[in-house]
Amino acid sequence: MAAVTETLDTVQSVTQSGYKWGFETTIEMDFAPKGLSEDIIRLISTRKEEPEWMLEWRLKAYAAWLKMEEPHWARVDHPPIDYQDLHYYAAPKKRAGPKSLDEVDPELLKMYEKLGIPLKERAILAGVDPDTVEDRQVAVDAVFDSVSVATTFQATLRKAGVIFCPISEAIREHPDLVKQYLGTVVPTGDNFFAALNSAVFTDGSFVYIPKGVRCPMELSTYFRINARNTGQFERTLIIAEAGSHVSYLEGCTAPQRDENQLHAAVVELIAMDDAQIKYSTVQNWYPGDANGKGGIYNFVTKRGACRGARSKISWTQVETGSAITWKYPSCVLHGEDSVGEFYSVAVTNNHQQADTGTKMIHIGKGSRSTIISKGISAGHSNNTYRGLVRMLPGAANARNFTQCDSLLIGDQCGAHTVPYIESRNPTAKVEHEATTSKIADDQLFYCRQRGLSEEDAVSLIVNGFCKDVLKELPMEFAVEAQKLLAVSLEGSVG
Amino acid sequence: MLEIRGLAASINEKPILNGIDLEVPAGEVHAIMGPNGSGKSTLGYVLSGREDYAVTGGTATFNGVDLLAMEPEQRAAAGLFLAFQAPIELPGVNNANFLRTALNALRRAHGESELDAVQFLKLAKAETKRLAMPDDMLKRNVNVGFSGGEKKRNEVLQMALLRPKLAILDETDSGLDIDALKIVADGVNALRRPEFSALVITHHQRLLDYLVPNKVHVLLHGRIVRSGGPELAKELEKSGYAELIAEAA
Repeated sequence: MAAVTETLDTVQSVTQSGYKWGFETTIEMDFAPKGLSEDIIRLISTRKEEPEWMLEWRLKAYAAWLKMEEPHWARVDHPPIDYQDLHYYAAPKKRAGPKSLDEVDPELLKMYEKLGIPLKERAILAGVDPDTVEDRQVAVDAVFDSVSVATTFQATLRKAGVIFCPISEAIREHPDLVKQYLGTVVPTGDNFFAALNSAVFTDGSFVYIPKGVRCPMELSTYFRINARNTGQFERTLIIAEAGSHVSYLEGCTAPQRDENQLHAAVVELIAMDDAQIKYSTVQNWYPGDANGKGGIYNFVTKRGACRGARSKISWTQVETGSAITWKYPSCVLHGEDSVGEFYSVAVTNNHQQADTGTKMIHIGKGSRSTIISKGISAGHSNNTYRGLVRMLPGAANARNFTQCDSLLIGDQCGAHTVPYIESRNPTAKVEHEATTSKIADDQLFYCRQRGLSEEDAVSLIVNGFCKDVLKELPMEFAVEAQKLLAVSLEGSVG
Repeated sequence: MLEIRGLAASINEKPILNGIDLEVPAGEVHAIMGPNGSGKSTLGYVLSGREDYAVTGGTATFNGVDLLAMEPEQRAAAGLFLAFQAPIELPGVNNANFLRTALNALRRAHGESELDAVQFLKLAKAETKRLAMPDDMLKRNVNVGFSGGEKKRNEVLQMALLRPKLAILDETDSGLDIDALKIVADGVNALRRPEFSALVITHHQRLLDYLVPNKVHVLLHGRIVRSGGPELAKELEKSGYAELIAEAA
């Protein structure tokens, strides 16, 4: 019998270590049955203690989704997704995962170390269960830390009148605000994935900045402790009243373990007169192994509405993870002289696929937009920029400037630029610049001759290439992002 | 310091170096002259480890260590510096950041502590001042939008900061006016000490007026065909390479 046990142990350890981050769950979960139906949606709504109108809203989205087809226009390729084979509701009673850092894939820990993540945080990110005994010290401390930080944080925000809470809480506590704004930027039937999200989303963030308030700190999902286990269908709604300012940070540079392969988030931003929203993302979901197996499919709808005059919405993203990224953070510029910005770095390596870009819809007079996109492809990856700039008849004197630069590392990867430009106002001005370059051998040799290792040389050149975007990130994020770029491209040369 | 024996190298299977024998003792400056296409730049690239070139024979040792077995960055750490004939542009990479990264890479390799931004800037500003370079040279992106003269001076600045044991200057004088030429020569002269050597690749005798070599070698068809003292450079300036080419033929 002993031999059998040993074999089982061996098999288990092999399958676990060979499948980074992708631990099979065998723990107790409060699962809804697989599949999507009206009943499942009712169950979600009940479990979340939602009001009746919310349930109706979800059901409407579900009805729309049923009539829609999965889009296939993006330059990404994946096996068919069986939407009836997914769990749409799972309330974890106890989180699945390693019991201490000793059980975590050393490769993953090595990456955390390279990224300079403190030990305590590494445990949380690796999914070490804080309730388990073996590593109680580390995990519990980390949780206590988060709680105390989060508490101080909440007190400061409350004083300023800012609401920052999970969206499920907002639906219960601030129903009027949610009802007034939810789905007004991304309607329930906007697209296949947005409709799916609207029907089944289980969590996300809600932010409300009152009139004239400058949010006293950068809001980060990282500090919202109950958001640590990011959901599969996240929903975020940010409302900035007239004259208010907010900077929101989403994501984390560390690759987070997640059992869910399909992610379909929706983010809606609303800026009133003179309001400014800065939304920064660092996305580093598990990209799959070197052969492209596993990995997260990230189908995201992000859109901001500049409703007020002189309002401004700025998207900054650094995308290094996911097997597939399908994401177009956009701005609808209703307000006169409103401003939309999109700064993006998208890195693909190995077999990753990214189809990302933005839409700038100019409606208001004198509205302006800037698009700076930096795509970096390495390995066998494909990286597509897809953008739309639309000048509607009312957008007199509107302006757009677009710059799309692609950098290729190696000769097995692809970079594609697909800009759409539509102008229906003769006074509107649209400029588009695009470049494609390779990291040249002579650049690498020059750096190495000065003493830099090949990897440091690539990192230096790539960071130089991305500088225009990285400088838009909040300081701390920018430093992390630089390290992340280096780690993501390790081994891409030579 | 540098010992080369029978060094042969080719690019795309085309032989360029056909058996170079050369010895540069510590503390000496040697000039390599020769007509276009004689293999001067190739020698610099092969010694610094450029991958496009295949070494097909011979040896090169640097302070007794096999140079040819090392990666380019290991050669740099060992103290070899190549001033490029056409310095490379690195868009978006700040010159000061580049220089500090390089200097710290070398310091790490030597087991020395790294310099922080403040310590580095102090050092770099002292050097730019000495080389009569404007401070903004440090703020600009590496060689991007630099004039020809600025690029060459930037190479000299890098050399001054990285303090190599062996500097190979690949036509660093080409395209420079007389003032810039003096700056380059002064940059090398300032480094001259018993443990420093330089290999100065040049077309013209002009530079050697300010940077007086211990020896001059003439390279032709990938071989050293003549060696002599500084007077050899003056002689070549007058007679040209025609006679040597005829001799070799």
